[in-house]
Amino acid sequence: MTINRRGFLKVLGVTGAALAVGRDLKAAPNSNTEIDFRGVLYDSARCKGCHGCEYDCADANGLPPPDPAKDLPLVRQTSETKRTVVNQYNTSKGKVFIKMQCMHCSQPACVAACLTQAMHKTKAGPVIWRSDKCMGCRYCMISCPFDIPKFEYHSPNPKIQKCDMCYERLKTGEMPACAANCPNEALLYGTRRQLISEARKRIVENPKLYVDYLYGEDEAGGTCWLYLSPVNFKELGMKTNLQKASYPALTKGFLYSVPTIFVLFPALLSGIYQATKNNTKNEEDKS
Amino acid sequence: MNPTYTSVTDHDGKSIWKFLLSELKPKGKIFTPFNIISVPIIILGLVLIVIRFWKGIGAITNLTQEVPWGLWIGFDVVTGVAFAGGAYVVTFMVYILNMKKYHSIVRVTVLNGFLAYVFYAGALLLDLGRPWNVINPIIGNNFGVNSVLFLVAWHFLLYMVAQLIEFSPAIAEWLGARRIHKILSGMTIAAVIFGITLSTLHQSGLGALYLMAKEKIHPLWYSEFIPIMFFVSSVFAGLSMVIFEGSITHKVFSSQISDKDHRAGNKIIPGLSKICAGTMFAYFFLQLLVFIHEKHWDLLNTPMGYWYLLEMFGFVLLPMILFYYSYRRNNILMIRVAAILTMLGVILNRLNVTVIGFRWDAAIHYVPSWMEVVVTLTVIFTEIWIFRWVINRMPVLRDSPSWASSDNR
Ligand code: SF4
Ligand code: SF4
Repeated sequence: MTINRRGFLKVLGVTGAALAVGRDLKAAPNSNTEIDFRGVLYDSARCKGCHGCEYDCADANGLPPPDPAKDLPLVRQTSETKRTVVNQYNTSKGKVFIKMQCMHCSQPACVAACLTQAMHKTKAGPVIWRSDKCMGCRYCMISCPFDIPKFEYHSPNPKIQKCDMCYERLKTGEMPACAANCPNEALLYGTRRQLISEARKRIVENPKLYVDYLYGEDEAGGTCWLYLSPVNFKELGMKTNLQKASYPALTKGFLYSVPTIFVLFPALLSGIYQATKNNTKNEEDKS
Repeated sequence: MNPTYTSVTDHDGKSIWKFLLSELKPKGKIFTPFNIISVPIIILGLVLIVIRFWKGIGAITNLTQEVPWGLWIGFDVVTGVAFAGGAYVVTFMVYILNMKKYHSIVRVTVLNGFLAYVFYAGALLLDLGRPWNVINPIIGNNFGVNSVLFLVAWHFLLYMVAQLIEFSPAIAEWLGARRIHKILSGMTIAAVIFGITLSTLHQSGLGALYLMAKEKIHPLWYSEFIPIMFFVSSVFAGLSMVIFEGSITHKVFSSQISDKDHRAGNKIIPGLSKICAGTMFAYFFLQLLVFIHEKHWDLLNTPMGYWYLLEMFGFVLLPMILFYYSYRRNNILMIRVAAILTMLGVILNRLNVTVIGFRWDAAIHYVPSWMEVVVTLTVIFTEIWIFRWVINRMPVLRDSPSWASSDNR
């Protein structure tokens, strides 16, 4: 029995370490704040609502062409066939358009959620989905604060659909399809630092046009997709209740407690076991 | 099969294979009410499962892009595992605290827990869109070690192994495998310790799954303490299940239970009742603290607020008081009522976090389709079938054969 237990504790230690400590503590996503990711600045003051980017996106990703005219003026959502949509809102400053797609968070909740590493934050910035790894659990959808990953419920071989910032195009030195083709220069592709200073410049140069807020600079710990707007973002249906800290941080406390429990509990339990082992008087309930 | 089994042939000279074959045949009456209800549902459920793999999950579920986890996760997995918590609590009491009086319910509880994990965690596979890739996080070519779901999935797997080891002496007794029985019995304590550790982590882990859905869950149910709540409530959820399940098995399988165990059963239930009352008190207190800490007074006077109050007072506080009083009065019937109320409360709580309160503000509300319900019932009924099959063959409720008693404590 004693040999058994000693061997078992060793196994337990190894499993505990493999399951809990391992690489995750090293790969704390905090390091992501130092990398200068690529991203896109979307200026809704410049967007004329032509929906061109929706067509370019569908084209680049082999999705069916969108039908924005039919949907207007409804607020449309991205879906398993639409990785991006442009919506029109009647605001305090008149008609304003807003484009929606994956925000490419610096510390993405979807990536932390994914147990197969199918969701992956690339060094360049895009958050991509890899079909050969995904098991379709949809935990990424549960976790994404922007409700971005969409699932093909009506396919026996379903995929997760979401914007991947045209990662394949980026690798060949091109820009994302939407940013490359926008006729109104509402989409600017660049590194996050460049984009932030460009956005600040626009706000300073034209304080009447813009609200003094850069959406995405701090939301969910910062995102690679940044937004300028002439009106309060709440008026544009953007999520304004999100926390500024990263979402993976919410599970850190729990994940960090795992190795501790794995070490403490077995020791504690075998201690109690030894103490009560020969206690034959213990017939009565003593809880 | 394990080759060493072939050396054990003390079934009146019959070979082990003939024995296994004969054991596969059904025992008892065929047209019982349970069979008449469950068989058509199971067949329908199997047809639905075929459709699901052929046409996609959307063909039989009402899941939406906003609510990607519905009844199958919220009820089958999250609630089912909470109810299976009885196994770790009872093994803790019997093996670690050495509370011998509960020994007679250990096996049936562990069997219940094991089957619950196999079937309810198995239901998870139905919900996976790309189940063929489930192998990725298991064989280790893609470890998402930052993922709570990764942790929970692995703990499910390991805990099933631990429970199988805890239960295995019963299988060895059934097969008459004496040498193996000795070895397996010797592994029990280790498996129990491992199992309790795993249970603590994944019971709370199921709650931790929802931590990142901070703005999506109704604020009355979301707090950073969901993991602790899930863990504490799994104690009385599991024990209520033990009480409830015990009251049924004692009727249905009453011929298998010795007089001694029958009498012991009536002493066990008040004991469990007291533990339930205690943990429910702690749980209620914790919920109260969290509520005060989060300052959601304004939300109480809304429909969701009434719903929350109903859960807390009607299905936590009330059964807690019932448990306590009926423990004092030794009123078994009242204890059973309290257990059922508690179970309803746990179902309510888990569904409130995972389904009802999840994107409560979404434009399209998710309501499970009848087909999702049928598949859920299929899972539950199949589990009961297997449970009955095992009870009728292995010494679970029945006493162990005399040769085995020296190995069992
Ligand atoms: S917006 Fe959602 S899907 Fe996109 S990177 Fe962030 S968490 Fe992932
Ligand atoms: S659905 Fe796929 S990408 Fe999303 S968390 Fe699950 S395995 Fe990862």
